[in-house]
Amino acid sequence: MARRDTPELPDFSLLKRLARDQLVYLLEQLPGKKDLFIESDLMSPLDRIANVSTLKQHDVVKLYKVEYKPTVSLSDQLCFLIRPRIQTVKWICDVVNADKAAGRFRRYKIIFTPQRFFACEAVLEEQGVFGDVTTDEWAFYLLPLDDDILSMELPEFFHDNFLAGDQRWLRTVGGALHLLHSVYGPFSKLYGIGSCSKMTYESWREQVEQGEKQVRPAEIGSVFLIDRDVDFVTPLCSQVVYEGLLDDIFRIKCGCVEFGPDVTSSDKSVKVMLNSQDKVFNEIRNEHFSNVFGFLSQKARNLQTAYDRRQGMDIKQMKTFVSEELKGLKQEHRLLSLHIGASESIMKKKTKQDFQELLQKEHCLLEGFEIRESISFIEEHISRQISMIESLRMLCLLSITENGLLPKDYRSLKTQYLQSYGFDHLLTFSNLRQLGLLMEQQGAETLTAMESKVGKLVNDKTAGKITDAFSSLAKRSHFRALSRKLNLVPKSDEEYDLRVPKDMAYIFSGAYVPLSCKLIEQVLERDGWVGLEEVTRLLNGHEFAVTGGSRAEASSDAQRLVLVMFLGGCTFSEISALRFLGRAKGYKFIVVTTAVTNSSRLLEALLGNRV
Amino acid sequence: MAFVTASWNPLGEAFYRKLELYEMSWSIRDGLRDSLVAAAPYGGPIALLREPLRHSPSSRPQLEIYSASGIAITSFPWKSGPVVHLGWSVSDELLCVQEDGSVLIYDLFGSFKRHFSMGQEVVQSQVLEAKVFHSPYGTGIAIVTGSSRFTLATNIEDLKLRRLPEVPGLQGKPASWVVLTQDRQTKVLLSIGPELYILDNTSCTAVCPPGLSPHAGSIVHMSVSFSYKYLSLFTDSGHLWAGLSNLQEKLIEFDTKKTDRPKQMLWCRRPKSQQPSVVLMWERLLLVVGECNDTIQFPVVDVSFLVGELDGVRIINSTNQELLQEVPLVCQDIFKIASMAPGALLLEAHREYEKSSQKADEYLREIKEQNVLEKAVQQCVEAAAHEYDPATQKSLMRAASFGKCFLTDFCSDHFVSTCRELRVLNAVRESSVGMPLTHTQFKQMTLQVLIDRLLFRQFYPLAIEICRYLKIPDYQGVNRVLKHWASCKVQQKELSDDAIARAVCVKVGESPGVSYSHIAAKAYECGRTELAIKLLDFEPRSGEQVPLLLKMKRSHLALNKAVESGDTDLVYMVVTHLKNEMNRGDFFMTLRNQPVALSLYRQFCKLQEQETLKDLYNQDDNHQELANYYVTVSYREKRLESRLSQLQNAVDEYNKAKNDFAAKATEEEMRLLRFQRKLDDEKGAGLLGLSLQVTMETLLSLGLHKQAEQLYRDFKVPDKRYWWLKLKSLAEKEEWEELEKFSKSKKSPIGYLAFVETCIKYNNRYEAKKYISKVTPEQKVKAHLAVG
Repeated sequence: MARRDTPELPDFSLLKRLARDQLVYLLEQLPGKKDLFIESDLMSPLDRIANVSTLKQHDVVKLYKVEYKPTVSLSDQLCFLIRPRIQTVKWICDVVNADKAAGRFRRYKIIFTPQRFFACEAVLEEQGVFGDVTTDEWAFYLLPLDDDILSMELPEFFHDNFLAGDQRWLRTVGGALHLLHSVYGPFSKLYGIGSCSKMTYESWREQVEQGEKQVRPAEIGSVFLIDRDVDFVTPLCSQVVYEGLLDDIFRIKCGCVEFGPDVTSSDKSVKVMLNSQDKVFNEIRNEHFSNVFGFLSQKARNLQTAYDRRQGMDIKQMKTFVSEELKGLKQEHRLLSLHIGASESIMKKKTKQDFQELLQKEHCLLEGFEIRESISFIEEHISRQISMIESLRMLCLLSITENGLLPKDYRSLKTQYLQSYGFDHLLTFSNLRQLGLLMEQQGAETLTAMESKVGKLVNDKTAGKITDAFSSLAKRSHFRALSRKLNLVPKSDEEYDLRVPKDMAYIFSGAYVPLSCKLIEQVLERDGWVGLEEVTRLLNGHEFAVTGGSRAEASSDAQRLVLVMFLGGCTFSEISALRFLGRAKGYKFIVVTTAVTNSSRLLEALLGNRV
Repeated sequence: MAFVTASWNPLGEAFYRKLELYEMSWSIRDGLRDSLVAAAPYGGPIALLREPLRHSPSSRPQLEIYSASGIAITSFPWKSGPVVHLGWSVSDELLCVQEDGSVLIYDLFGSFKRHFSMGQEVVQSQVLEAKVFHSPYGTGIAIVTGSSRFTLATNIEDLKLRRLPEVPGLQGKPASWVVLTQDRQTKVLLSIGPELYILDNTSCTAVCPPGLSPHAGSIVHMSVSFSYKYLSLFTDSGHLWAGLSNLQEKLIEFDTKKTDRPKQMLWCRRPKSQQPSVVLMWERLLLVVGECNDTIQFPVVDVSFLVGELDGVRIINSTNQELLQEVPLVCQDIFKIASMAPGALLLEAHREYEKSSQKADEYLREIKEQNVLEKAVQQCVEAAAHEYDPATQKSLMRAASFGKCFLTDFCSDHFVSTCRELRVLNAVRESSVGMPLTHTQFKQMTLQVLIDRLLFRQFYPLAIEICRYLKIPDYQGVNRVLKHWASCKVQQKELSDDAIARAVCVKVGESPGVSYSHIAAKAYECGRTELAIKLLDFEPRSGEQVPLLLKMKRSHLALNKAVESGDTDLVYMVVTHLKNEMNRGDFFMTLRNQPVALSLYRQFCKLQEQETLKDLYNQDDNHQELANYYVTVSYREKRLESRLSQLQNAVDEYNKAKNDFAAKATEEEMRLLRFQRKLDDEKGAGLLGLSLQVTMETLLSLGLHKQAEQLYRDFKVPDKRYWWLKLKSLAEKEEWEELEKFSKSKKSPIGYLAFVETCIKYNNRYEAKKYISKVTPEQKVKAHLAVG
């Protein structure tokens, strides 16, 4: 069933080159020596685009991180490379005003990336420095993290858009899509689900209409847009695929992980790039963790054999061996030992009794069995203060899978949590409720009935508005129903062979097929939403499927390239699942995301005690 | 045609000619004699400010504007103050410099556009003289005041007044002065008696023109050339000195033998001049003095006015207008009597050919023998461009066309473009249009500017014709004309809004580059808001619609459009605008109906204006959010009392929101805070702000068991939690006896396996064993395993 002839991916390094060229151009716009201030979360992405020597070539003398402190720079020209955030702009205003007060004259240039917002310029104006600074935009929308992962590196999208209802990033995402569209040719079809997806699609279409039209060969087939709030279950589950595990434990930052002394078994930390260039990693990244050790030890044996070949060599053979193979082997050796170290460290943390128990309880929640036991497990988890985020994660998972908690449980669990982790989490709960992550069960059935009645009476826009009103009234998940409809939880009676996965469920030890990926599979299979009406209704609608409007027929290879855009972040597990799906069905997926996320990042964005 | 040379006058090696441009359409009789006159170069319009016929206090001078051919464009009585000087800007605006230093700007049609002042001090000292000048920076104005000070503005579009330093020894105004633009600097050159001074930004320097005889007398008149490169001086003894304006070289010194000051003195040159000259005009005489000290004299019969051009001098009087210029070399070559230049031969050949004479062949052969046919064609084309009379143009072009038949690989681009350009030039030279441009001037001013000038004069059909004829891309051509037309159309007061909107829409349609918002802005400027809104509906780009709607105070409409567009920047822009425009209540009400705008504003307030956030929630009766807001604020309070009072506010709001869980939790928080504070005061425990759990942990580790117990009871801490806590804390401190006692206090709610495991964790196998017996049977194995 597996089709091996997966199509070639387009060359995304072009995006890097475009970004670098524009950045160089912008730096040249401020001729002469200058100091560059970089927003801290732009440091790593910037490093991938232009390294320090490139910057130095263009008259950047010193690099500073934006730290919201008075500047110590002595340069006469200051350049700020920042995200369009009011807080940062305010800090720059303070710098400028301090210079003014000190009678110091400098030139200032702010480069907003990926775009500037009116609000930022309004702040400049309000603080009376609008005339003193020049502003520019660096259209650095997408950072290729790997051959098939493009990240916008905008983690705040999730918080701003879903929690605060601030839609300003939607145009940015539309812009990113537009960039891909203009560089890699017209899309043949676009699918999507979720209100953000819909608006992003509209924003993109508008930008296409306004921009110049040019015909270029299509390198990408269809596009799938999905809102993160369509599926919260998947990112809340513990990740057990190697790359996901690494992210959960060591936190992968911008495609790069820092292994501490416990992994490197030396006193130094090592930064490792995690992508397909790393041969060892590339083979295990999508594997269930239980297979990783076997693979690594096999690899180690192979390596040893390769080394051992030295024994019987004469001088000449030895020479070729040293010049040709040794370096590769050494490199592989180094990586292998790192990954073995990482795996050992993971083993230490995760194979303990409680992790197994945690996974087991998670699976129970997904299946909907032994709910009471799970609740008391969570209770104990909270009262023993095992982990603030983990407890919250389990609470949310419980609420979503059960369509809300019973009022009694809801109150008591929350009280427990507040006692353990402080009352300030009252605001966290308020945020979680707003997103429908942690709810109280209510007379849900009556509401649904009303909703569908109204839905039948009026169509189109008004209906949409009314449904919106209802959904804001009670954001409810219908996980159980969805799970039945889409067969997300495989029957647990058969043994699941994790070494030969038969479906995407393998990324969660065979316990659950990620909803997001299942939707993508279904829609691609059906070429639209036909037959999924019930599912989209349960997901609150906003689904769409449109042709891209290009008459140029893409080559059959390009047709099988599918761009999946996650609005609000996706996890490495989902990427692994899509890679599996691609291999199984002969697609190749390109994942575009506002940021790579996991349960911790997702929940940390919603903590209410951040002041 | 045969007598092209009839109007030629020799001057040294070169010839000068006078071309009749127009018979003037005006009837102004003595108008030129006692009026202020301003005629713009490049065939620009003419303005006259005529003194009233009768000198009574009530009568007003009349301001009249004519095209260069004398067609009246507008005329109106001058109601403002006394005018010292008139001048035209590069964009065909009339500048009227008044005695009090204010400058009024009118357009070609006499409608007032704006005004500015040349400085406050001028109001007192008054303007004595003013000059309008043109430089690469635009149109400038220079004045000299009653207190003998000069003030300059190099560009009236970007007004920066520069008061020049004082001139030592100057009383009143200097005998003569000019403005010079040199080395990217604008200076004033002035004369006091025989002395010459250069006045720049910082200093006043005396200079001496080389070769000017010290006995020449006082300098009473001076003039600079069109390019500011040449200067001429006239002294009261009748001496004329001319040279480079940087005063490095003398070109002419000539004694005119006339001691009265000429009315006008101008340079007459052309690019690649052979014999540049200075033209001086007195009451009855026009004198052309060449570099070779040769002269031409023309009688002046009528009051005349001279206009300096790039390649000649225009002479305007009440009946006609002439162009005095040096005959271009190529024309000389062709038309000079008995010329043997290739072009002349080709013209002759063609003439014979027309007559069907075989002589044509002879001439042609002669040219071909010299192998100069291509040059001949080139000369004819070039000469045609310089000729003013269409018949002459035609005969030259025909000759060129005839000649090129005999050439094999001739590139006809130049021929074609010259044909096209001549056709355009002849069209604009028409008396009804009245722009007497020479080909040289046209090339210098460029087609773009020519079209602009046609637009200023509202010759829309002609402009469109020209654009189409010359195949200018629509974006720069036809659409630009349409934009102007539409902007002008909306100002027609007699038409209804609907009629105009329809007319504009029909003509403009969807032409790219014509912005409806631009047209709407014009409509709004002349007070037609309704029309502007109608026009804006055609505008596809919301980014253009919204700012104008705001300007027109249609804030609600603007907000709707902005939200529809999905562009949050626009929404934000409207919100900021509304915030400043409306009172609070209305502002919040407006936001309430626009959730997108509301959440944007909330985000902004969270970062910028916390207080506003409170008002916003208050207005909405959003008690839940309001309570959350108070909780957030409480974290920032440093003093416990204020923190508690904020929390109390939160409790009240939670109660109003019927969120009794949150209310209770917050009350508990307050209770805990008070408790912590008390203990901190009593024991210095450092508890404030810790969670309940951590507080109890700390208490236990400090050995304050009683207090921990109190919390356990007060806050109804679940037994399990408390047991875990106590177990952990006792084991940590290795108080094994205490632990044993605790284990026996009642039946453990967390079982006894936990005890075993915890003891092992703290490496006390002996203690662990004590609890094994109590472990439930199903967990016994685990327990034994743990102990080992």
